[in-house]
Amino acid sequence: MQYMNLIMAGLFQAAVLFLVACGLQLIFGVQKIVNLACGSFYALGAFFAITVVGLLQSLELPMVLLLPVLVLSGLVIGLAGAPLELLLRPIYRRDPSYQLLMTFGLVLMFQDVFRFFWGPVPRSMDSTLYTIYGSLELSGFRVPVYNLLVIAASLLIALALGQFLKHSRLGRIVRATAENRNITEAMGVNSAKVFTLVFALGCALGTVGGALVIPTSAASMTMAAELVVDAFAVVIIGGLGSMAGAMAGAIVVGLMRAIAVAYMPEVEILAIYLVVVAVLLFRPAGLFGRSTA
Amino acid sequence: MSAVMKARAMDHQQQPVQLAQPVQLAELLRGFMPFAVMCLALGIAPLVLSPYHTVMLVPIVAYGVALLGMNVLFGYTGLLSFGHAMFLAIGAYATAVATRYGILSFECIVLIAAAAGGVFSLLIGALCVRFTHIFFGVLTLAFGMLVHSFLFKFYEVTGGDQGMRVLRPTLLGIEWDMSATQFLSGPFFYYCLALYLLIGVIVFRVVRSPLGLHLRAIRDNENKARYLGVRVYRLRLFAFVLSGVLASVAGAILSISTGLADPELAYWPQSGNLIFMLILGGATTFAGPGLGALIFVVLHETLASYTHYWRFMLGATLVFLVLLLPDGLLGTLARRLPKRAERKAP
Repeated sequence: MQYMNLIMAGLFQAAVLFLVACGLQLIFGVQKIVNLACGSFYALGAFFAITVVGLLQSLELPMVLLLPVLVLSGLVIGLAGAPLELLLRPIYRRDPSYQLLMTFGLVLMFQDVFRFFWGPVPRSMDSTLYTIYGSLELSGFRVPVYNLLVIAASLLIALALGQFLKHSRLGRIVRATAENRNITEAMGVNSAKVFTLVFALGCALGTVGGALVIPTSAASMTMAAELVVDAFAVVIIGGLGSMAGAMAGAIVVGLMRAIAVAYMPEVEILAIYLVVVAVLLFRPAGLFGRSTA
Repeated sequence: MSAVMKARAMDHQQQPVQLAQPVQLAELLRGFMPFAVMCLALGIAPLVLSPYHTVMLVPIVAYGVALLGMNVLFGYTGLLSFGHAMFLAIGAYATAVATRYGILSFECIVLIAAAAGGVFSLLIGALCVRFTHIFFGVLTLAFGMLVHSFLFKFYEVTGGDQGMRVLRPTLLGIEWDMSATQFLSGPFFYYCLALYLLIGVIVFRVVRSPLGLHLRAIRDNENKARYLGVRVYRLRLFAFVLSGVLASVAGAILSISTGLADPELAYWPQSGNLIFMLILGGATTFAGPGLGALIFVVLHETLASYTHYWRFMLGATLVFLVLLLPDGLLGTLARRLPKRAERKAP
């Protein structure tokens, strides 16, 4: 039953990582930009969610609303991505190194935005809230219902995103823009708007991920830089630009992390990055990536 | 621009009288001269500055050494590494291990750090330079994280987050019996500056040699270069190893100036800072990155002394640079000044 616990812990991490990696993939797929600031959006979501939940508690609203509130607050603050996309506009057609640099500049700036609004000390919310939904007991192993809900929510968001991209009109336009920006523009699509939408959506996935993780762990100044490390591992293992890859990568990284933490905490990131290096060497496009990407 | 206009413009350029002067100026700015001026300025600075501020100059020299190598890798060969901070850490830990086992001669330490950096960069580079662009960047980032996590987690070997102590070395076989500030702002600073100048001369010779031309050919058009017989893989590897060795030497200098080798040196934002300096000064010029290091360190120290929010300022500076001055300070200067002179001339 110990294994079951490990698997559940791993899947919970995978669910959160998947959301962030999804945002990263979406932005890379359409805008061809590797967003180093994905971790910062994740942290932004986390900090903002703490404030929102605190507000909720002071209003004495029923705490059953916790999960929907977290998702909503993540979505709302994710909109901050839209104005930031304006900064990226002049550099889409430039060398990718400048795009990396631009997002690195955002990482630095975000770091101080957090310090300004939420202070340098790690913040966490009322820890009783984590158990608000109770926990599930199955023949000897226990899992907090919250974790299950987050996994479900993550899957639901993935499903909704997939349906949106595959079947809606706007989704088709997004995919067309990803395929070939110039032709799509020639067809009369305002690709600048599509880019803004995609960037905001990608950021919102990150902020929702950050908001959902908050009941289980504190929000700190270092979480942004740490998450980038994980999210990159996910994306490389899965393959840049692929949603299925993001899911596979997230599960690999989440499980490996859970197992490593349980048995050999020293090799946690080492093991993950050894897999990353192996994938890059033997299958550079990633497990689900297109070989030319 | 139509072909006819282009041809006309070229005719115009061939009149030697108007352009002779400006081209020289641009070449001068891209070449060795600003580097020599900067070294000279750094050499004079301790006479004016307090010892405390002089100690601040040591990291400038250290980053300058690392950036000479990164410039060969990015500016001349076109490979942007997002994990170069790992070589800083490798150099720093090599120094720590060396001093722990009683090797205190700085000359030996530099050689050991360079050798360690060389071995690691050869191994890592052999894998990484098979890729270009974003994949190269991400792969180097991955190796950087491997190194960081090893240093951070293996407490018994590396001291974990405490890092490893670095003892004061001897310079030219002489032991310096003085306070840390005196040592760092006096003999150590000048020793490192001389080392910087020496390495600068060597690297300049390299980039101005046929080998440097090969590197630039690879940057501009890989396939064409290969077709012309340039050994693309081997030269990329050479550039990577050179930059790894120099970054390790820089790591040795940094670790001695702080007396500590700690894993934060290898963390990925540190690599970001290195690239920041590289772009700030201008990766298309020889002396630009050194200038970038100078400005970065001074900016960092000044902002940090005024406000807690210096990261925001640095980030904003970076965003501003990418948007408006992608060639960096020196690069923009080299591009703009001749044009202005040209406008004034007639």
